Formats: sequence, structure tokens, C-alpha cells
Amino acid sequence: MLKIIDLHARVEGEEIEILKGINLEINKGEVHAIMGPNGSGKSTLAKVIAGHPAYEVTSGQVLFEGEDILEMDPDERARLGLFLAFQYPVEVPGVSNSMLIREAVNAVRKERGQEEFDPLEFEDFIIDKLKLVEMDEKFLDRSVNAGFSGGEKKRNEILQLAAMEPRLSLLDETDSGLDIDALRIVSEGINKLRSSENSFMLVTHYQRILNYIKPDKVHVLINGRIAKSGGSELALELEDQGYDWLVGDAHVNGEA
Amino acid sequence: MSRLTEAEAVETAASRKYKYGFTTKMEYEEFPRGLNEDIIREISRRKNEPEWMLEFRIKAFHHWLTMEEPDWPNVNYQKPNYDDIIYYSSPKEKPKKESLDEVDPEILATYEKLGIPLHEQKMLQNVAVDAVFDSVSVATTFKKKLAEAGVIFCSISEAIQEHPELVKKYIGSVIPTNDNFFAALNSAVFSDGSFCFVPKGVKCPMELSTYFRINNPDSGQFERTLIIAEEGAEVSYLEGCTAPMFDTNQLHAAVVELVALEDADIKYSTVQNWYPGDENGVGGIFNFVTKRGICKGDRAKISWTQVETGSAVTWKYPSVILKGDNSVGEFYSVALTNDYQQADTGTKMIHLGKNTRSTIISKGISAGKSQNSYRGLVKIGKKADGSRNYSVCDSMLIGSECGAHTFPFIESSNNTSSIEHEATTSKIGEDQIFYLQQRGLDEEQAISLIINGFCKEVFKELPLEFAVEATKLLSIKLEGSVG
Repeated sequence: MLKIIDLHARVEGEEIEILKGINLEINKGEVHAIMGPNGSGKSTLAKVIAGHPAYEVTSGQVLFEGEDILEMDPDERARLGLFLAFQYPVEVPGVSNSMLIREAVNAVRKERGQEEFDPLEFEDFIIDKLKLVEMDEKFLDRSVNAGFSGGEKKRNEILQLAAMEPRLSLLDETDSGLDIDALRIVSEGINKLRSSENSFMLVTHYQRILNYIKPDKVHVLINGRIAKSGGSELALELEDQGYDWLVGDAHVNGEA
Repeated sequence: MSRLTEAEAVETAASRKYKYGFTTKMEYEEFPRGLNEDIIREISRRKNEPEWMLEFRIKAFHHWLTMEEPDWPNVNYQKPNYDDIIYYSSPKEKPKKESLDEVDPEILATYEKLGIPLHEQKMLQNVAVDAVFDSVSVATTFKKKLAEAGVIFCSISEAIQEHPELVKKYIGSVIPTNDNFFAALNSAVFSDGSFCFVPKGVKCPMELSTYFRINNPDSGQFERTLIIAEEGAEVSYLEGCTAPMFDTNQLHAAVVELVALEDADIKYSTVQNWYPGDENGVGGIFNFVTKRGICKGDRAKISWTQVETGSAVTWKYPSVILKGDNSVGEFYSVALTNDYQQADTGTKMIHLGKNTRSTIISKGISAGKSQNSYRGLVKIGKKADGSRNYSVCDSMLIGSECGAHTFPFIESSNNTSSIEHEATTSKIGEDQIFYLQQRGLDEEQAISLIINGFCKEVFKELPLEFAVEATKLLSIKLEGSVG
């Protein structure tokens, strides 16, 4: 599904690299958790994969279904089935949620050679998806994320994920800022969307969400590199011991 | 990652074509350049005008001679040389036509190219069109159907001939000949324009529409529009404007007067897309327009909606005088500037009657190196007890070389009235565009969606076909301007 080879990236126009040689492979049907302390490059990794224009890839490859996507615009990547659930979902005043999601779904459907939904067909389609994140229909008429609470914004991201049916979903700290009920709703939504055909990459600080969503693999990102990879038990270990023991390792191994 | 740099973005914007920039090959019957009393007398004579009309023009001309071109707008331009303008220009073919079949096919083809088929069978349903080509009105469609309802809709020249009593009564009654420099000039030399009269109790059965087109590089366009809605009458009027590309500036100094009597309702919508000049700011239309309506009777309502996307320099303040008690004035505006365009636009709401209400919704979008100013006045008179105004001025900036300015003036002489003013400035961010691109929308769709959201409150005031047109127009104008 996703293969990252020796990926280096920095903020456009700056010298210092944030990603210093990432290697990662996520197979079809797998859920990987990316953990690590603040500033380790976790969110950057998610944004670089999605094609955020603020970052510049200096070397390496990102293969999605075998195809190098680094030269593609973010929207091309999205239409291929790559979804990023934002850490800070952006407000778009005056644009209704249903309008955005319909355009998004139709963009993907067009790419896949499927017929686009008219507004009525779309309504039937989206109402099913709303149940997944326990959202009320009136969310559809509100402006995209404008005046939404933190929890509502995150649920809205999962709603969009459910509607666009991506092959690979990157969840950038979807759990941060959620109360326990919202965390449960979001996690259960994701679990229902999991299948043998799609994959997830969860970026998170905390082990908490992993109580709900059991990852196949856990990677610890420290100072722009994967310092350690393991099974779901690694997350528990981190919860006990923190990241310090790995930070030491990373410094010892670090060449830069 | 293919990301447009600032330079590339500017380049893309530069290669964008002004779609209406073609010229139509016409032979013109022209006047000598410059302005004097003889020219005015000749205009009036050609149009076979009554004596009072000529006097009106001459009086205006003498006012104009004593006036100075205003310096207060927040715009910079080389003032036109008024001695070098041709003040009357008409296609050589005799313009008075009984039916469309007699109109020069070149002109019809021009309007077709603009997407305004004059042929009735192809027309937007229920929109009557008056088309003004350079200075002369070439065709008014649906005249018969309107006449059955008692509505008069024709060129102002024709109205002066056929309905002189109405024109005489109302022309200059809202905007006096000495109101301002450009209005005085227009009053002296106006060539044509539209006239609309909706009698007492009549609801106009269709939308009325005028398209203005400047084709001749050296002629000014001075059209005059007069709309009267009698007691309880209702009318919705649309105005569209385009011009060819020239590397010189053309002057467009129009005057629009609206009169709403008791319980009347006038809705006036404009989609203005005059040629804005090229990416270096060469050429383009100077759009210096005076538009004002008066709610003369109680409970009258006047609503201005404008989508301003063209012109090199815009100077325009569609206003409402709220004279009747409980009358309502509205101003909904989207003004977009790109490249070197400059706009100084807004409104005046003059509350004179009791319990009068006004709403101002202004959305300014600036891109490129353009400057976009909102200028507004809300004035509450001594007797305007219980009057209310609500104003919103939002500005959106695209890129870092443009400017947005607001100049809201408030004068209240009545302490039982209330005035609310809200203003915001935002920037289309990389993050907003990236978010929408991540949802599968390409950059153009993303920008169009954001702009539409921003302008929604104004677009919903436009008739549906025009809302669609306005949406497309804004997207075209902004193509490539977000790096």
C-alpha cells in the first residue's frame, strides 16, 4: 500500500531537515501507529505524504500502490485514495459541510470512473455515514468546521473519511483534544471502517487511542528518524517508560 | 511536489485572457473630439430632443465647467484629457430598429459572443434585454409583453420622444445635474441608456436587463438609466457590462436614478466586467458612476446588488435616500480587484424618514497588486426616529502585494436610532487551499469554493442565472493568483 524509502524533508526555504531518512512500509489491511515526543516529525511525516506545500522533500521516495506520488499535487493524491485527517481542521466560512463533502466524494467517484452523485443521491449516501460518527443531520448545513467544537471538528474529519472511502488514511493526532466520549465515537468509527482492503497510519502522542484501535505495528519517531518499531505492546512500554530511553539511543546512533 | 512559486503564479495570471476583449468591426458616425456647447446642441439635435432636454444638458455643462474632478477617492490614475474624448459615437447603420432582424448582424454576433443572445427564442426565460452598444441602444426585446402589463421599458432616447412627461418629471430628481463632476458631465452629454416605468400596483412580469458594451477606443460611454416604480409596483433590473481590450483608458461615466413611491420595490443588480487593463496596469476602463435611489414613499424598498470585477479604476457608491417612513435600503456588494486594478466603492444610506432600515453587506477581494477600498456613509437625520442600520464589511486578501481599506463614515443626529458596524479582514491561506485539495478538489475548485463561501450573502441576492455567472466570473478572474 505505502512504501517510504529514505525520506528527507524540511520546511520550504529552511536549512534544517525535519525528516532525516524515514523508511516505512504499510501493507494492505494494516494499522500502524506512529508515536514520538513533540517535535519528532510525526505530523510532518503525515503532511509530507499528503503533499502539504509548506514542506520540501529533499530526497527519498514515497510509493503509494507502487507509484511515486511525490511529484503529484495534493488533490491528485487525494483522488488516488489518500486521506489525511487533520490535526487542526480548517474552517471554510460560507461553504456548507454537505457541499464540501459532496464535491469531495464526487471528485473521487469521477476518478474511479463512477457516476457522480446528484444532491438527492448524495443525501441518502451521507445519512448512513453520519450514523457512524453519531452526528446529527444539521451538521451538514453548517459551514465547514466554522464554530465547531474541537470534538465536532474531529468527528467531521472521520465523517469525510467515511464518505471518501480512501485506501490509506493518515490520522494526524485525531485523538488530541477529545473527551472520552468523543474518543470512543471516533475510535469506533475507525474500527468499523477498517477492512482487509484499506490501511491506516495513526499519528499520536498517547497510548490512549490504542486501547480502542489495536495497531498491527507501532513505530517510534525521534528526531526525524524511526528509533524503534514493534508490535502493539511497544505502545504500552512507552506509556510506562516515556520516550527518554529511546531519545538516548537516537542520539548515539545519530550521524547528523 | 508541484507548487506554484510567486513568480509562476504571476505568470499564470498574466497569461489569463480577458475573454470579452474582442472588437467588433463597425463603421462609426463620430463627433469631433472635445466638448463645448455646440457638441451638446448637436447631440441633442441628432436625437431630436425637446427644448427642455437641451436646457437640462446645457445647464449641466455649465455646472461641469465650474467643477473639479474629485481627488478624495483612494485611487491613483492619470486623469482623462476631456478635450480628447469623443462624446458621441454610434454604429453607422441607422440604429432605430423595429425588430431584431433589422439590427446589424455584426452587433448581434457580438452579443452572442458575450453570451447574451438577443434572439428571443434563445433568451434566458423571462428576461427582457435592452442592449447599449457604445452610445446607442440597439434593441429592446419583449417590449410587447411588457406593454401589455403596462410596463414601459425602452431606451432613454425613445422615452424622451414617447413619454416626455415622465422623463421630465423624474430625470435629475434623484441626482441633480450639479451633484458631482461625473454626474454633471453625464447630464450634459449622455447618449443613451435605459428607461423603465412600472405603473401603480404592477408587478413587472419579468426581469429587466441591460447590457452595456463599449466598442470604440476613443469614445466615452455616458449612459443614463432611469427607473420609476409607482405605488406598490415591483421590478427587478439587471445590468451587465463588458468592453474590448485597448491599451488606452476609456471613460465610463454613467448615471442611474431610481425612484420608488409608496410600497414600491426596486431591486437593481449589476455584474460589472469592464476590461480591467492588462497585467501591467495598461489600459482598462475608468468606471466613474453615480447611482442613487430614493424611497420617496412610506414602506418603499430599494436594493442594490453589485458584483464588480472589471475596470482599471472604479469609483462608485450606489446609495439610497430613505425619505418615506418605514422604508428600506439595502446594499450587497462583491468587489474583486486583481493585477493593478483599483476600486473605491461602497454606499450611502441617508435615513430621513421614521423607522427606516438599511443593510450594508460589502465583500472586498483583493489579489495581485490591486487596491480595494470600501467607502460608506450612514447618515441618520434628526427626524429619523427608530431607524436602524446594520453594516458588515469583510475583506479578503490573496497574496501579499495587494491592499484592502475601509472608510466607514457614520453621522447620527437622532438618539433613538441604532447603527451596527462589523468588519473583518482575512487572507486565503495556503492551509485552507491545502485542506480542500486534500479532499480531492483541484486548486481552482478550491479557490472558487472559498470565494463563493465568502460572497455567499451577496450571491444569494442575485437572480439565479446571474449568481452562476458571477461565480464563474470570480473564478476566472482569480485563476493563478494564489501561489
